[in-house]
Amino acid sequence: MILLNLLFNLRSQGLKVGLGEWLELLRGLELGLAEDLNGLYFLARSLLVHDEAHFDAYDLAFTATFKGVELPPKLKDALAEWLAQAKKGMGEELVPSGFESLEAMLKELQKRMNEQKERHDGGNYWIGTGGTSPFGNSGRAEEGIRIGGEGSRGGAVQVAQERQWASYRTDMTLDVRDFSVALGMLRRLAREGEEKLDIDGTIQKTASNGGEIELDLQKERVNRVRVLLLMDVGGSMDPHAALVSRLFTAASQMKLFKTFDSYYFHNAPYAYLYEDYRTYKRKATMQILSDLTPQHRVIWVGDASMAPWELFSSSGSFGQWSPAGIDNIKAFAHKVSNQIWLNPDPPRFWDHPTVNAIRAEIPMFPLTVEGLRQGMRKLRGAGGR
Amino acid sequence: MKSFTGSSRYIADEALMADVNAAVMLGRPLLVKGEPGTGKTMLATAVAESLGMPMGIWGIKSTTKAVDGLYTYDVVQRLNDARFGEGDVRNLRHYIKMGPLGRSFTTPERQVLLIDEIDKADLEFPNDLLRELDEMAFHIPELDETVRALHRPVVIITSNAEKELPDAFLRRCLFHYIAFPDRDRMKKIVEVHLPGLPEKLLEAAFQRFYAIRRTEGMRKKPSTSELIDWLTVLVRAGISPEEVMAKLPFPGILIKQEVDLELLKNRR
Repeated sequence: MILLNLLFNLRSQGLKVGLGEWLELLRGLELGLAEDLNGLYFLARSLLVHDEAHFDAYDLAFTATFKGVELPPKLKDALAEWLAQAKKGMGEELVPSGFESLEAMLKELQKRMNEQKERHDGGNYWIGTGGTSPFGNSGRAEEGIRIGGEGSRGGAVQVAQERQWASYRTDMTLDVRDFSVALGMLRRLAREGEEKLDIDGTIQKTASNGGEIELDLQKERVNRVRVLLLMDVGGSMDPHAALVSRLFTAASQMKLFKTFDSYYFHNAPYAYLYEDYRTYKRKATMQILSDLTPQHRVIWVGDASMAPWELFSSSGSFGQWSPAGIDNIKAFAHKVSNQIWLNPDPPRFWDHPTVNAIRAEIPMFPLTVEGLRQGMRKLRGAGGR
Repeated sequence: MKSFTGSSRYIADEALMADVNAAVMLGRPLLVKGEPGTGKTMLATAVAESLGMPMGIWGIKSTTKAVDGLYTYDVVQRLNDARFGEGDVRNLRHYIKMGPLGRSFTTPERQVLLIDEIDKADLEFPNDLLRELDEMAFHIPELDETVRALHRPVVIITSNAEKELPDAFLRRCLFHYIAFPDRDRMKKIVEVHLPGLPEKLLEAAFQRFYAIRRTEGMRKKPSTSELIDWLTVLVRAGISPEEVMAKLPFPGILIKQEVDLELLKNRR
């Protein structure tokens, strides 16, 4: 059934569609909410996609599913018929035998689809191709939905093909606000500090107590998270200067963390880190290291790629003696578990000796909205709630 | 059942109409996201008007708690009444007041409920509403009673994406993103608010407006409401299209931040 194709194409685009949402889509179709392909396009999008950043992936999946597919003139009837059949044997249709759940089936399918991608271009026609496959038992296409051929194309496919949402993908640009939202995830409030009288709470408690005064004392809610931002500047980082400065702006404006400090380095952290790299106001790396507390979250920003000696040699740079950059990084990684490295270079460039050496110490994420979110989750996750 | 087709004051595109109607039919909340000033809040009014339903608003603040939307128990009033021998103190029901969500459950007609700016609240807030929005019912422990929705309200939730919303919550909503209107759609929107503007003035103003929006590094891009304010002023002041192009009259209406004004000055 072609709808399942859509589900699998969405999965292969990295969109996780849950069973609940899928069933809701079926319910929507049953209610007649999609009379044609256009309707289906919008209905499925609003139910299955929860972030405009994923609209483009949805468009790609939708195109892959329906492009060149000959649809019956009355999609509604075809859908109704299919739904009727699906209802007859819900389990059989949605979850073929041999699989515990839809989830398990999807996983298996994903695997097979990936295998098949290598043999066929596109890889969208896998369903119903193999007679032995549990997914294609005896011609799912018989509902009148044919696969292949240059059929009449619905407007929805054209809309999807235009890919007007491409610029909303989060693996692209970042502005100050994106950074702020992501950094906001680091908030972890704890009640500590001085006790204050909660007036509303006191009134409530007193009133429920029949008028006997009962004080409601609350400790102030404060964010305990401390953030240390370490940024690589100069050289190969120059093209990324604007991006890094936006991250810095966002982080320094947050006023959310218990403390926020930032230092610059060039290539790798040597004996000193710079508070301001123009005036060379500096602080000993060892000092910064010893000031770290378990509440600290360390965010490194840099492309991590340099000449090997710049990372591994202990003579350091600028003629000063220093432990090797990599040793300092290891010392940081050893001291605090909550660290991430944000790399403005796309991951395809990461297979480089110095990048690999750093990645081995500190989890690395691309400097994109998606990478930032993953990074923040990592920072938040370790150390528990 | 009536379907939503936009209203005299609100221009909806095909996608929005489809999503609103799906939300109405499925009885699921519709989460509307979009840049500030794209008419998210106005959408609820338009839906209510178009479907002929009454509307309730629950504006969310950083201190709002989920239970506030359901009901409040006014213990202070009750204590007061008890002291001064007024009211029927024994009847707790007098002191339970429905919140916006609670009211939308109990009104005899189906209602449109706008939950405005849900991202303003605490991170846990949306999760605290999951059960209520799923089952459209909630329990009042003080009365040991369960309030069940007579009709599933049409719930429209807006978010400015200041905080990420939890996945479990997102899975229960239909999602619609209002993209910033392109010139053609903007023309229609302006026509609704300021009918009969001279074509030339509109062209010039749009050119300036969209150019400002495209400027790299703007902290706050001007939105539809600012454009409409600006156009209103341009008309009132009798500014010609040539003047709009030559200098940017009344820039303060479009640009609210000092740094952005500076940025724009440096560009020219």
